[in-house]
This record gives sequence, C-alpha cells and structure tokens, in this order.
Amino acid sequence: MSSFWSGWIILLTAVSLILITWILFANRKREREPDSTEKTTGHSYDGIEEYDNPLPAWWFYMFVITIVFGVVYLLAYPGLGNLPGLLGWTQIEQYQQRVDKAEERFRAERDRYLAMPVEEIADDTAVRKMGMRMFGNECAQCHGADAMGSYGFPNLTDDDWLYGGDPASIKATLVNGRQAAMPAWGSILGEDGISATTEYLMQLNGRDYDAQQAEAGAAHFATYCVACHNADASGNQALGAPNLTNGIWLYGGTREQIAHTLRAGRHGKMPAFADTLTEDKIHILTAYVYGLGR
Amino acid sequence: MSELNTALEHPTYNYKVVRQFAIMTVVWGIVGMLVGVIIAAQLAWPILNFDLPWFHFGRLRPLHTNAVIFAFGGSALFATSYYIVQRTCQARLVSDGLAAFTFWGWQLVIVAAAITLPMGLTSSKEYAELEWPIDILIAVVWVAYAVVFFGTIMKRRTEHIYVANWFLGGFIITVAVLHIINSMAIPVTLTKSYSIYSGTVDAMVQWWYGHNAVGFFLTAGFLGMMYYFVPKQAERPVYSYRLSIVHFWALVAVYIWAGPHHLHYTALPDWAQSLGMVMSLILLAPSWGGMINGMMTLSGAWDKLRTDPILRFLVVSLSFYGMSTFEGPMMSIKTVNALSHYTDWTIGHVHSGALGWVAMISIGSLYHLIPILFGKERMYSIDLINVHFWMSTIGTVLYVASMWVNGIMQGLMWRAYNQDGTLTYTFAESVAASHPGYVVRMIGGTIFFAGMLVMAYNVYMTTRRDVAAQPSVADPSPA
Repeated sequence: MSSFWSGWIILLTAVSLILITWILFANRKREREPDSTEKTTGHSYDGIEEYDNPLPAWWFYMFVITIVFGVVYLLAYPGLGNLPGLLGWTQIEQYQQRVDKAEERFRAERDRYLAMPVEEIADDTAVRKMGMRMFGNECAQCHGADAMGSYGFPNLTDDDWLYGGDPASIKATLVNGRQAAMPAWGSILGEDGISATTEYLMQLNGRDYDAQQAEAGAAHFATYCVACHNADASGNQALGAPNLTNGIWLYGGTREQIAHTLRAGRHGKMPAFADTLTEDKIHILTAYVYGLGR
Repeated sequence: MSELNTALEHPTYNYKVVRQFAIMTVVWGIVGMLVGVIIAAQLAWPILNFDLPWFHFGRLRPLHTNAVIFAFGGSALFATSYYIVQRTCQARLVSDGLAAFTFWGWQLVIVAAAITLPMGLTSSKEYAELEWPIDILIAVVWVAYAVVFFGTIMKRRTEHIYVANWFLGGFIITVAVLHIINSMAIPVTLTKSYSIYSGTVDAMVQWWYGHNAVGFFLTAGFLGMMYYFVPKQAERPVYSYRLSIVHFWALVAVYIWAGPHHLHYTALPDWAQSLGMVMSLILLAPSWGGMINGMMTLSGAWDKLRTDPILRFLVVSLSFYGMSTFEGPMMSIKTVNALSHYTDWTIGHVHSGALGWVAMISIGSLYHLIPILFGKERMYSIDLINVHFWMSTIGTVLYVASMWVNGIMQGLMWRAYNQDGTLTYTFAESVAASHPGYVVRMIGGTIFFAGMLVMAYNVYMTTRRDVAAQPSVADPSPA
C-alpha cells in the first residue's frame, strides 16, 4: 500500500473517531441537571412528542470505553494503514507460531514412526488410531469413512490395487497423486464395436454373453486394449490399468456402465498430498492404508 | 381510494401505495418464510432436495434470503416509510405516479428474482445474487423511492424533520450507494455478468455491502419504523431527543466500517481486519441507543404490555435487537470469531436479528397500520395477534437456541485434537452431530411461519367490510 493510501486510512479513521467522540460529548448534559425530565422538546409529529432526557450514564461510559479500547487496539495491532502496531503482531506469524508449537509437541512421536518401515508399524495401535483420524479428514470424503470407496473411488480394503498395494506404491500414490487415462473409444469402435467389446468383457468375467459378438469384441480388445490392460486383461499397475477379469468395476459393472466407459473414457484423479501433509504424516497414512488391505 | 376517504383521519394522504405494500409484506413474508422452512428441512433431511436442480438448497437459499430481506422486509419498509413520512411531515407524497412506479417496479424485481434464482442465474454475490438487468431495475426503482421520500420531506409542513425520517433517509441513501457500487459488473450476456472487482478486493466490497445491508436496510430502516410505531402504540413521548441525535450519527458513521469482520483470518490485510473489528465493537453503544430509546419510551406505560399484544411485538423485537447487537460486536472479536466463524452460530445470530427484530417489529407495526389503512377501528381479532405473538416468540427462541448449540458445538469439534496431534472429529461427524439442532431449527421456523398464516387470516378478516371486529377478552376491563 502506498504511503498516500496509508495516510488516507489513518486520516479517515482518526476523523471518524474524533467526530463520534465530539457528538457524544457535545450532547452530554451537565451533571448538575436531573437524571430525567418531563420536559419535551416542544416538537410534535403526528402527535408524537420527544423528551429531552440526558444520555444514560452507563451507556455514555460504555461508549467512551469502547472508543478508548478501539484507539488502544489500533495502536497495539496493525490497523492504521501501514503502521505495524506496537506489538508487531501479524496473523501469518500467529499461525506460524501455532504450527511450530504443535510440531514441537507432536513431531518427535511421528518421526519415531517415520524411521520404522511401514510393514512394521501397520499393526501398531497408536499408528492405526492416528492414521484413521487423518484418513477421516483427508480421504474419507471420496473413499468413505470405512474406506470401502464408492462410484469412481476405489475400495481400499480389498486386495485389488490399481497402482499397487505395496508400501512404496501406496506412498507414491499419496505423495504425487494419480491421474488415470482411459481413452474414449466411441468414435473409433463405433456403437457396434463398443457393444461387441462389452460382450467380450462379459465373457472374461464368466457372465452371460453373446458368443458371436464376443468373438468380434476379442479382436477389438487385442487391437486396442491389450497395450494397457495386457493380453489376458489382468491389467497393469504401472499404468493404473485395472484388472478386467476379477468382477471389480470402479465405474459400475452393468452392460450399460461398461459400454459407457468404453465409449466416453474415464479420467479418475487422486490428488497429490505432498503439499498438504508432511512426510511423517504421509508415512503414517501409508501404514494405515496398507493395513486396510491386509 | 376515494370511497375510503370519509373513514380516514387525514384524507389528503396517499394511503393506496401504503396499503399495497402492507398487503404484499404479509404475502411475501409467507412466501419467503415457507422457502426458509423448506431449506431448513433440506438441511435436516437432504433427500428433500429430490435431485431437482431448481429445488436444490443451493438455489432456494438465495431465493429465501432475497424473499425475506428484500420482498418482505423491503415491502414493510416501503409501506411504513411512505406512511411515516406523510404523517410526520403532514404532507401527501410528492408524486402518486412515482410512488405507484416504486410499488410495481419493486414487485417486478421480486418476481424476476423468484424466476431467475431457481433457474440458477446468479452473480454469486451473497444478498446481491440478482443478475445485472434486475440490478439496473432495482437502482431505477430505488432512485424513484428516494425522489418520493425526500420530495415529500421537502414539502413538509412541520418545521423540523422527525427522527424516524432521519433513519429512513439514511437507509435510502446508503442502500443506493451500496447496491450500485457492489453490483458493478461487466455483462457478457443478458443473464451473465462478471464483477468488476477481483480477488480480495471483490470479497471486501462484497462484505462492505453485505454487512451494511444489515446495518442500513435491516437496522437503520427498521429503527425508523420503531421510532414511529413504538411511541405511537405506547402513546408516550420518545424518551430522549439527544440520545437519538447521538446514536443516529454514531450508527451511520461507524456501521459503514464494520464489513471486514466477515473476513477475519483470511487474505484480507491485517489492518483492514483490525479496523473492522474495532469499529464493530464501538458500534455496540450506538446500536443500543435505539433500544434504550424504544424501551424507555414505555416507562410509565409498562402496564399496557399486559393488554396490548401489538406493544408486546414491538418490545420483544427491541429485546432481540439489543441481544443481536450485543452478540454481533462480540462475534467480531477475532478470538471469538475464530470459534464462531463458518458455524451455525452465525446463522443463529442473523436470525435473532431477522426473526426477532426485523420480522417482529414489522409485524407489530403492520398490526397498528392495517386497521388504519382499511378504515377499521382495530384488527379483526386481538386474540389472534396474541397467538401470533407467542408463535413468533417461541419460533424465534427455538431457532436461535438450536443454532447457538450447533454453532458452538461445531466450533469446538472442529478445533478439538488428540494427544497424538490429530483432529478428534472429522467434518462429517460434526455434521451428523448437528442433525438434532437442524430438526429443532426447522420446527422453530415452522412455528414462526405458521404465525404468519394466522396473521394473513386476521388481516383478511380485517379488510372485509362486512365483518365486524370481534369483541376481545384481551381488552382492558376493570377487574
């Protein structure tokens, strides 16, 4: 803020406070006069008259006290333009102090766990409690408080992992996030191709299927899908390509839902927590999630 | 109009526009509060959103706020200000045509809001959601309102200007300034525009507007109402002329600074936050000046409270006004705000002002006004006014108390942490814990809303020429 605007703010504040103080004192009746009066001002508006009672003393002093408090506060804290205030307080500093205090108190305990391998601490009661609470605030919005997931958000309690369920993979997912990229095949396969490939996926999962269509679908699969999902459709965790043979469907397993995934593609996103959570917290969260899958 | 003249005390006044606004106050009160009850129910039971976009909480909530503030509160202010300015200036409105324009223009604004908000057309500014064509209409109507009001003041036959008119005049001028500056936007299409402000500046302008919508629309305007109807109904002189001078000037000078307390601990610079907090604290005394002047006007006439439910409405509204204007400065203190901000406490605070103060002072004033406007001796049923009074009071208390409990509970749950440094509760747990409060709030709101239906019946029966007023047991009789 330029010194002109800073001065403007100080001036405007001072003028406002002085004016209300002036009007308050200017309308104070002298102490000698009685507390109440039966004398009116002499005006009458539609039959309404006005007494000229003095300002109630308690109210007058309350007003004065708030003004005095205001002036003191504005001198002590930042408030008058660029003036920093005598206490040198800022909200950023207050925040940092609180964070530092919390770190000082809790960091050592978490750092002790950080030095231990995930497999070792995954069953630790204290770690599981901490992990569960962090999970409740950071992860449950999508994956559910029970970590069972929902439409579009994977279940974290089973053995099926899109990007790998070993501690290193889970931690990488937490730190950097994941961006899925299932392309949309609608314009390439056409509706017939989509429906044929759907039938092939039905066959792979041991469900009722149309044999003739599934045969055509198998050809499409071999051409377009194997690059990511593998020839046996078992998926590829390096790419986050799901196993298509185990009956677990992130976006629903009905014919319509599978066809829609093929037609329009999917772009699931797991956000990165590197900037949100510190390393020690991510380590504990990793242990918790790892423990869920076992 | 003309057929009623013989029944009226002052046949030269324009009561037609007052009558129109008075009736619409009741109508919009019912509509706005019904929408309020619906969204309260949706918060308690989300299934009631029915997956209908136009019926969703996110679209109905601005409809509720616009309907109760601008349709109900606005109509009440138009009605009473046109009535007060004529009676206290002993002059007919300066232009009947312009007054009629403000009525139909304002109704058009309300109807446009009721259509566009459920459609999802919004500027996304709280309490200023309406899109730019409607904003322009509001500005035009408001300027016409100012011309009618100040034109009438100018041709007054009294020497001085009565205090009620100071407050009403301050409210009209400031709301024009607030509305025009905050609504400045660049139109893209007929239904879409972008604010000319960005980032923190946009937030600050928005809350400068937002808090002064409270300060001038919902406080100064209704204090004007109070300064006429309280002494009139109590048949007592106003307590202190000099108190009204001090608290009027202090109120208008200080309120305009208070907006930043809505943005504590945000990207708003520290200095602006401090100024907002300090001015909000100083605002306590000027706010209470109005309450004192209203309450003390009754000294010597307290016995009337036993028999006059209209006076009860006015006095209880002043109590809620005093309570809200104490609570507000407390909540503006940063340490308190750190607990109360973003919780239901804020909602409770707003409604102790909105239901307890704004609605109850309007209702009390209307019960005084309606019989006069329709040439009747008094309302059709005094007992029903009493019933309405208790419904309003109980409804407000349930609403406010449940939100206090919810708000403080949420604030404490969000900040609670364990010995290992993790948060004790998840956000979802605080939502689940709030459910009983949401149900109580909806019950309180429903009772308040039902009271408005009682009022509508009473008003309807009063306006019917062929129905005589019921003899009332509440009438004072020597015992």
